[in-house]
Amino acid sequence: MTILNVAGISKSFGGVRAVADVSFSVAAGEMLALIGPNGAGKSTCFNMLNGQTAPDSGRVTLQGRDITGLSPRRIWRLGVGRTFQITATFASMTVRENVQVALLAHHRRVWRFLRPAFAWFGAEADGLLAQVGMAEQASRAAGVLAYGDLKRLELAIALANAPALLLMDEPTAGMAPSERVALMRLARDLASQRGIAVLFTEHDMDVVFGVADRILVLNRGELIAEGDGPAIRSDARVRAVYLGSGATSGGH
Amino acid sequence: MGFVLVQFLTGLASASSLFLVAAGLTVIFGVTRVVNFAHGSLYMLGAYLGWTILSRLPGGPAWFAGGVVLAGLGIAAVGVLIEVLLLQRIYKAPELLQLLATFGVVLVVQDLVLKLWGPNDLTLSRPPWMRSFVQIAGERMPFYDLLMIGIGPLVLLALWLLFTRTRWGTLVRAATQDREMVAALGVDQRLLFTTVFALGAGLAGIGGALALPDGSANGQMDLTAITDAFVVVVVGGLGSLPGAYLASLLIALLQAFGIVLLPKITLVLVFVVMAVVLVVRPNGLLGRKLTLARGEANTLALVRPAEPALRWLGVAALLLAVWAPWFVGPFALSVMTEMLVAMLFAASLHVMMGPGGMPSFGHAAWFGLGAYGAAFAVKGLALSMPAALVVAPFGAALAALVFGGFVVRLSGVYLAMLTLAFAQIVWAVMFQAVSVTGGDNGILGVWPAGWASNPRVFYWLTLAICVACVLVLRRALYAPFGYALRATRDSALRAEAIGLNAGSLRLVALVIAGAAAGLAGGLAAFSKGSVFPTYISIDRSVDALVMVLLGGVQSMAGPVVGALAYTGLFDMLLMVTDLWRLVLGLSIIALVLVFPQGIAGTTYRLWLRGREA
Amino acid sequence: MLNVDDLHSYYGRAHILQGASFALPAGEVMVLLGRNGAGKSTTMKSLIGIVRPARGRIDFAGVDIAGWEPHRIARAGLGYVPEERRVFTDLTVLENLEVGRQPARDGRPAWTEERLFALFPNLGRMRTRAGGRMSGGEQQMLTIARTLMGNPRLLLLDEPSEGLAPVIVEEMAGAILALKQEGVTVLLAEQNLHFAARVADRAAVIEKGRIVWTGTMAALHADEAVRTAYLAV
Repeated sequence: MTILNVAGISKSFGGVRAVADVSFSVAAGEMLALIGPNGAGKSTCFNMLNGQTAPDSGRVTLQGRDITGLSPRRIWRLGVGRTFQITATFASMTVRENVQVALLAHHRRVWRFLRPAFAWFGAEADGLLAQVGMAEQASRAAGVLAYGDLKRLELAIALANAPALLLMDEPTAGMAPSERVALMRLARDLASQRGIAVLFTEHDMDVVFGVADRILVLNRGELIAEGDGPAIRSDARVRAVYLGSGATSGGH
Repeated sequence: MGFVLVQFLTGLASASSLFLVAAGLTVIFGVTRVVNFAHGSLYMLGAYLGWTILSRLPGGPAWFAGGVVLAGLGIAAVGVLIEVLLLQRIYKAPELLQLLATFGVVLVVQDLVLKLWGPNDLTLSRPPWMRSFVQIAGERMPFYDLLMIGIGPLVLLALWLLFTRTRWGTLVRAATQDREMVAALGVDQRLLFTTVFALGAGLAGIGGALALPDGSANGQMDLTAITDAFVVVVVGGLGSLPGAYLASLLIALLQAFGIVLLPKITLVLVFVVMAVVLVVRPNGLLGRKLTLARGEANTLALVRPAEPALRWLGVAALLLAVWAPWFVGPFALSVMTEMLVAMLFAASLHVMMGPGGMPSFGHAAWFGLGAYGAAFAVKGLALSMPAALVVAPFGAALAALVFGGFVVRLSGVYLAMLTLAFAQIVWAVMFQAVSVTGGDNGILGVWPAGWASNPRVFYWLTLAICVACVLVLRRALYAPFGYALRATRDSALRAEAIGLNAGSLRLVALVIAGAAAGLAGGLAAFSKGSVFPTYISIDRSVDALVMVLLGGVQSMAGPVVGALAYTGLFDMLLMVTDLWRLVLGLSIIALVLVFPQGIAGTTYRLWLRGREA
Repeated sequence: MLNVDDLHSYYGRAHILQGASFALPAGEVMVLLGRNGAGKSTTMKSLIGIVRPARGRIDFAGVDIAGWEPHRIARAGLGYVPEERRVFTDLTVLENLEVGRQPARDGRPAWTEERLFALFPNLGRMRTRAGGRMSGGEQQMLTIARTLMGNPRLLLLDEPSEGLAPVIVEEMAGAILALKQEGVTVLLAEQNLHFAARVADRAAVIEKGRIVWTGTMAALHADEAVRTAYLAV
C-alpha cells in the first residue's frame, strides 16, 4: 500500500533550481533511502514533505490525501513523524516528559490547566520508551543524554504520533558505527511491525546498503537513479557523482 | 519652504546624535551579544566628563574637537574597566542576567555622578563659533547643527571601513558568529571583546560630549539615551550599523516634523514607530533573525516540581505571613502588603519569561491597566471593591489579548522591546488623557471597601488573593498547558513538528500573565488609595524584570523569592542610606556574580548537589 | 611531538576523560577510535584548551600546555578543526582564511592562500563566496584550510568525514595524505573505520575516558578481539 506519493515537485531559491521535478513513492513498511552529494537538494526535498517549505509545483499526497504546502503542524496531525539531523528535544524536561508532551499533542490534551502533566499518558510513554530501549533512562533530563540516546528519544517522540510515515534526516549522523546499525535496525523492525513507511537521508553507505529496501539518488536537484542496493552500486553515474571508488566507505 | 528645509536639517542633526549612541550599543551587542543597559550611563558620563574637560579648555573649534575626543577616550577607558571587571565574568551567563548586571551598573553610575558632579544640570558656555548661524532659504540654521549632520555619516563610514577592511574587523565579525572557534584559531578573543567594548563605550562618550552645546549634562540623560538608543537599534535591526543609521534618520525626522504637526504625540512617537516597524518587520528594518552565537550558554536546567522539604518551607513562610500583622507595626504592614503585590506581579512576569520564553520590558502595562481599571470601576462606574478587583484582571487580559497577537510573533530582545513600546503607549495615553485619568495628578481616593479598610484586613485579603493566584499560576505551569508552553521555548522546531501551536500557547500565556499582573495592579491601587501614570513607567517594568531575574527564571520559587528580596532590600536601603542606588546596584552586581541562576535557582542547585554527593 | 599523560577532563559535571595517556610521534597520522561518548571529542577539545583539563599533562613539543588558553595553544602550533565544520558563514572564503592566519614557524614556508588553493582546488574557484553559501564538503575543506593558515605543527581533525558524501570523503583522504607528505603531524578522531584505515599510520582506542589500546593500523586490523570489544564492528 502506498503511504506517500510525490509527483513532480520542484523548488527554486532566487532563480536557482534546488529540486527539479522529483517523483517517487513509499509503501507501508518500506525503508527508502534518499542519498546524494552535499548540496544536491536532499534537505529541500525533505522540507517539502514535512511542511517546512512549500513546493513551487508538484503534488505530495499522504495516504491519498493532498498535503502539498500544509504547515508542519497540520502534517504531523495527519500522521507524519520526524527525527532531525541535529536532534531537537525539550532540554528542560525528562525523557519521559518529552514523550508525554508529544502524546498530549497527539491526543489533543494540551489545553488542560489543572491536572499535572505527569499524570497524563505516563504508561503509554513508558511503553514507547521501552520499544526504543530507553526505559531505564526515562527519568533523566533530556539535556544530558548521550547523542545516540537522544536519537532514540527522537524516535520515541515520533512514534507517539502513531505515524503512517516517518521522515528521518541523517538519522545516524554523529553516531558510532555499531550504534548506527542498531538504530536503523530498530527503525526497520518498528516500520515492518507497524506498517510505517520510512524515508531517510544518510551518508553512511554501510547503513544505506544494509537497511534500505530501495534507494533514490539525487544530484543537482534531479533524481538520477532509483533501485535496490546492487543496482545503485553498479550505476556508473552514481559512482561518479557520489559513491566514488568505495575506498573510504567500506567498498560500497 | 525654508521652514520645512530647516526642520529637515534639524532632523538630520539629531539623527547624527542618535546614531552615535546607538552605533556603540549595536556594535557591542552584535559582537558580545550583551544587551548593555549601561550604555546610556556611558553616554551620560561622556557628557559630564566632556563638561569637566571642555569648561577648562579655550573655546576654539580645534580645542573643542580635542576635548570631545579626550572625553571619548576617557569613557572608552571606563568601558574597559566595566568589561574587564564585570562582563568578562558573565559572558556565559544567560542574556537577561547580563542585562540585569548592566542595570546594576546604571544604578551605581547614577549615584557616582551625583557625588562627583552634584545634582545641578551643567551647561557649557558656548563660544561665538558655536552660536553662529547660517542663512538657509531665508531661515537661520545653527552652524553647530550643520556640523552634527556631517558627523553621523562620517562615523558610519569609518565604522564600515573598520569592520570590512581591517584584520581586526574581520576577526570581530568572525567572533560575532563563533567566539570559541576564533580563539581556537589563535586569536585572543578576550582582548578582542575588550577592544570592541572600548570602541562602543568611546562612541557613547563622544555622543555625550557632543550633546553638551545643545543641552546640558544632567542626571536623567542616561535613561533617556538608553531608551532612545535601544529603540533605534531595534528598529534598525540588532547588530546592523546601516540599520541603526537608517532608524536614526527615520526617528529623528519623524520627531522633527511630528513636534510641529502633532505636539502631543512626541512623547510616544518613537515607540509608535518602533511598534509599527516590529509588527511589519519582526527583526527590524535591516536585521536578520538572531541565531545563538557559538560558545554562548544554551543550557536549560531540568524543571522539577518542588521537593517536600521546600513545600514545608513554603507552608511555614505562609503561616508566618498570616500571623505577622499581630506583631508588626503599621509601616511594616504596608511594606508587607507591597511585597505581596510585588510577588504576584513578578510571578505573572515569570509565566511569560520562564516557561513562555518571552522576556518583557513592558510588563508594567498590564499592572497599570489593572490599576486604572480598578480605579475607573470604583470612581467612574461606582462599583464595589470586589467588582473592581474583577474588572482589573479582565481589563488587563483583554488588552493583553489585543496587543499579544503582535507580541507573540517576535522573540528575544525584539519581543521585549515591543512590549516596552506598548507599555509606553499606554503610559502616554494615561498621562495625556487628563480629562479621564487626571494625567500626572492621577486618580485619588481609590480606597478599599469599608469592611477591608483596616490595614490588617486588607493585608490578609491581599495575602489570600496573591498566594492563591501564585499557586494557581504554578499549577497551570505544571499542567499540560505549561509543559506545552515550555516545549515551544525549549525547541520551537520540535514543538512545531509535534503539532503544538506556539502562537496560541504563547498568547494564552501572555493573557494569563496580563490578568495576574492586572490583579496585582488593582490591589496596588486600593492599597495606595490612588493611581498614577508611574504605575506604567519603565522603572516599574524594570523592577519586575529585576525581581524575576534576581530570584531565577527556573521555577515559580524564583519570582517569589526575588520579589520579596528586592522589595525588602529596596525599602530597607531607602531607610538607612541616601546612596541607595549605589548600594542596590552593587548588590545586584554581586548577586549576579554569586548567583548566576538567581537566588532561588542557585540555592536549589547547591542544595541538590549537596544531596547527590 | 605530543605526549599526553593522565589527562582528566569534565564536561559540565560529567567526568569524561579519566586519565587518558598516549603519545604521537612527529610526522605520523594517528586516529583516535572509540564509541560515542567514549571521549574522542573531549580529548580534542582538551588538547586545544576549549575544555580545560582538570588534571594531567599535555606535553607538546617539550612544553606542558595543559590549562593554557586556546589562543595560546593555537599559537604554539596546535591546529584544531572542529566537528560540525563551523565555518564563519558571513565571511568569504578569503576572510575565513584571514581569521586563521598566524606567522610561519620553524623556518618552514608559511601556508598561503595560493598554496591552499592548490591543495583544495574547489576553494580557489569561490574565493569571495560567503561560507554559508557553500556545500558541506566545501565547508569542510575550508575549515581545514583555515586552520592550516596558522601553520600548525600538529593538526587535530575532529570527525572530518562526518556527513560527507563518499566521493568527498575520498578527496579528504587524499588531502590528509598530502599534508602528511608536507610533514604535518595529524591526530584524527573518527567513526568511519574505512576512512581511518586509508589515512592513518597508527590508532589509539579510547573507552570510558581512557586509552585502552594503541598500535599500528595493521595491528588493529589483525586484532579481532579489540575491534569487537571496543569498536563493535
